Amino acid sequence: MRFVDEFRDADIGQRLSRQIASIVEPGRHYKIMEVCGGHTHTIYRYGVDDLLPANVELVHGPGCPVCVIPMGRVDDGIAVARQPGVILTCFGDMMRVPGGSGSFLDARADGADIRMVYSPLDALRIAKQNPERQIVFFAIGFETTAPSTALTILRAQAEGVKNFSVICNHVTILPPVRALLESPDLRLDGFIGPGHVCTVVGARPFEFIPREYGKPVAVSGFEPLDLLQSVSMVLKQLVEGRCLVENQYGRVVPYDGNPQALRVLATVFELRPHFEWRGLGFISQSALKVAPAFVEFDAEVRFAVPGLRVADPKACQCGEVLKGVIKPWECKVFGTACTPEHPIGTCMVSSEGACAAYYNFGRVARERVVV
Amino acid sequence: MTSVRNDPPSSVIARSEPNDLSQREREALEKIEQVRARAPRFRDDHITMAHGAGGKATASLVRGLFVPAFQSEALSALDDAGVVHVNGAGLAMTTDCFVVKPLVFPGGSIGDLAVNGTVNDLAVTGARPLALTLALVLEEGLSAEVLRREVDAIARATAVAGVQIVAGDTKVVERGHADGMYICTTGIGQLDTRASLSPASIQPGDRILVSGAIGAHGTAIMLARGEFELDAEIRSDTRPLWPAADALLDAAGAELRCMRDATRGGVASVLNELAVASGVAMLIEERAIPVDAAVAGACELLGIDPMYVANEGRLVAVVSPNAADRALSALRATPGGDNAAMIGEVHREPRNMVLVQTAFGGRRVMDLLVGDPLPRIC
Repeated sequence: MRFVDEFRDADIGQRLSRQIASIVEPGRHYKIMEVCGGHTHTIYRYGVDDLLPANVELVHGPGCPVCVIPMGRVDDGIAVARQPGVILTCFGDMMRVPGGSGSFLDARADGADIRMVYSPLDALRIAKQNPERQIVFFAIGFETTAPSTALTILRAQAEGVKNFSVICNHVTILPPVRALLESPDLRLDGFIGPGHVCTVVGARPFEFIPREYGKPVAVSGFEPLDLLQSVSMVLKQLVEGRCLVENQYGRVVPYDGNPQALRVLATVFELRPHFEWRGLGFISQSALKVAPAFVEFDAEVRFAVPGLRVADPKACQCGEVLKGVIKPWECKVFGTACTPEHPIGTCMVSSEGACAAYYNFGRVARERVVV
Repeated sequence: MTSVRNDPPSSVIARSEPNDLSQREREALEKIEQVRARAPRFRDDHITMAHGAGGKATASLVRGLFVPAFQSEALSALDDAGVVHVNGAGLAMTTDCFVVKPLVFPGGSIGDLAVNGTVNDLAVTGARPLALTLALVLEEGLSAEVLRREVDAIARATAVAGVQIVAGDTKVVERGHADGMYICTTGIGQLDTRASLSPASIQPGDRILVSGAIGAHGTAIMLARGEFELDAEIRSDTRPLWPAADALLDAAGAELRCMRDATRGGVASVLNELAVASGVAMLIEERAIPVDAAVAGACELLGIDPMYVANEGRLVAVVSPNAADRALSALRATPGGDNAAMIGEVHREPRNMVLVQTAFGGRRVMDLLVGDPLPRIC
């Protein structure tokens, strides 16, 4: 495939790998966090870790949209789906996320009408095809997916669609990153910035990381070579004593983002005072809700939503995994009580979740030679 | 431009091992392997779509509920068809239901699948398909034209596959209780004596072949459902596999260890089943996996690995190293086999696992799929 295979070239990968090995200082341990779940997926899918020296460690961050959804929000979705006449729609990844009493898949098997869609526009289409039903879109994701939800609400308004509304769970990436940087139990050397989020917000909002916290950032694409190059850019900054936001993903990311998308977000949404993140607790101004001018599309207003907070299962250490404090395999229930078939925590659900990625693509004990 | 490449797989991963695992991580991984190796249990409260997707949930249903309940030796082998011996002659039997939506898709229809799916389960068991039974569940209101068209498709497919329909049944259910029509077919075939196929005969060093480019059927169906608004010229690969099986039996004889029909769950699921059934490791060379460019492109866009996508006319064969080249040439000479390829090799360790040497140079596990293959969101 043109424009894809070029970014997966094994020879260039080997060259970058040698270059990285040559710039790291022996005896120093480097911890670099990739914020985005898409990066986590690529790292495991292609075995990018295998091409890094032992003293360069990639730590998986909080940027998996499914992983950060708290149990109470899943229960809210199910409560709405069980109301007469409702069709709840959501992205496929969301279907298996466990709530306080089962997942959307369980609720569907139990009779609720919950359908998987690939875009909020599909949900709007279902609304137009079923005027006698109420269609609710369970919106998740960072700034990457939020504009498409916002545009769908604008279109619903323009077309006068009355039976469509959104349970908005959109979150923003910077508050949790700041929370991580403030966290005393984590020592990071640098960040791989989330390329897809940056196509919307740009790379500039990440400048506080080098400025206030003294950590370099490289905004990265999602192919294995992108990641290797970004790791090398962060390491080079560290070795050369520089500290700034560099844009490895310049072929897609404008430094100041996409003004049109940002305008749409500002029109349709407003910041929530605070929002609960799975495992991370409440983070202020970290999520979006439907703005008052569009209240007719806010499912949380239209329907009686329980809005109860459900404590995470005691055994679950998703919070520590999302913060990069522990590796997936260090969690007490990883791979035994918590597996992709029967996930306890969200990190085991989405293919972008650090635990699921590690489990599904898992590393094999490397010194165990394949014979 | 094509992404079909047929480089021979490198036999062993020989790499420097810079990023060694700590003792604790190794223990954690061993624990996971133990959990992975446990016989799956069926402990769900409801049947969900995942139980029908051919991955882990399906395995829990089959191995956790059906196999223990029926206590049948032939069933416990979990081959594509069960074998019965009658007065010294071996017969293979299999049955399959077809619930595909839409009924017609580029490259075929439910009628083609109903014939090919069942004769293929016989073929990969090493049995020449002889006869089928046909059961139809029709939905009230189904147009007669649609029914005629599918009956014609079934008739044509049986002629191509060289089998006869010898019995049948029809039921009609109320509107809304079936997607137009469901079809069940049961097939019987005569075991071929050129080889005695079994996963138990798989040995380290054996080579793994696929009979052509993979992933076309599942991708064609996904696109035909119109959910993705993707236009691509992708046609289902549905075809009878006896010619390929016959060619392999001819070329490799007793050195043919085992064959599997890579339908639901794709080639990856078949490899996992074989690795577990034979207690070996399978090392797959990602570069060598044949995928047509259009299929690779569509899967890339949807975030789906073609190794997990259903095929309806592709088999996976394991052959001894001596016979591998002969077997591959024979496959390439069969209809639709132009891109048949050697995609990997059997190893002793790590047992019960499928590993992939990625085209990028890393190495990872290729496990059974959990749930339905779902496109990733971002």
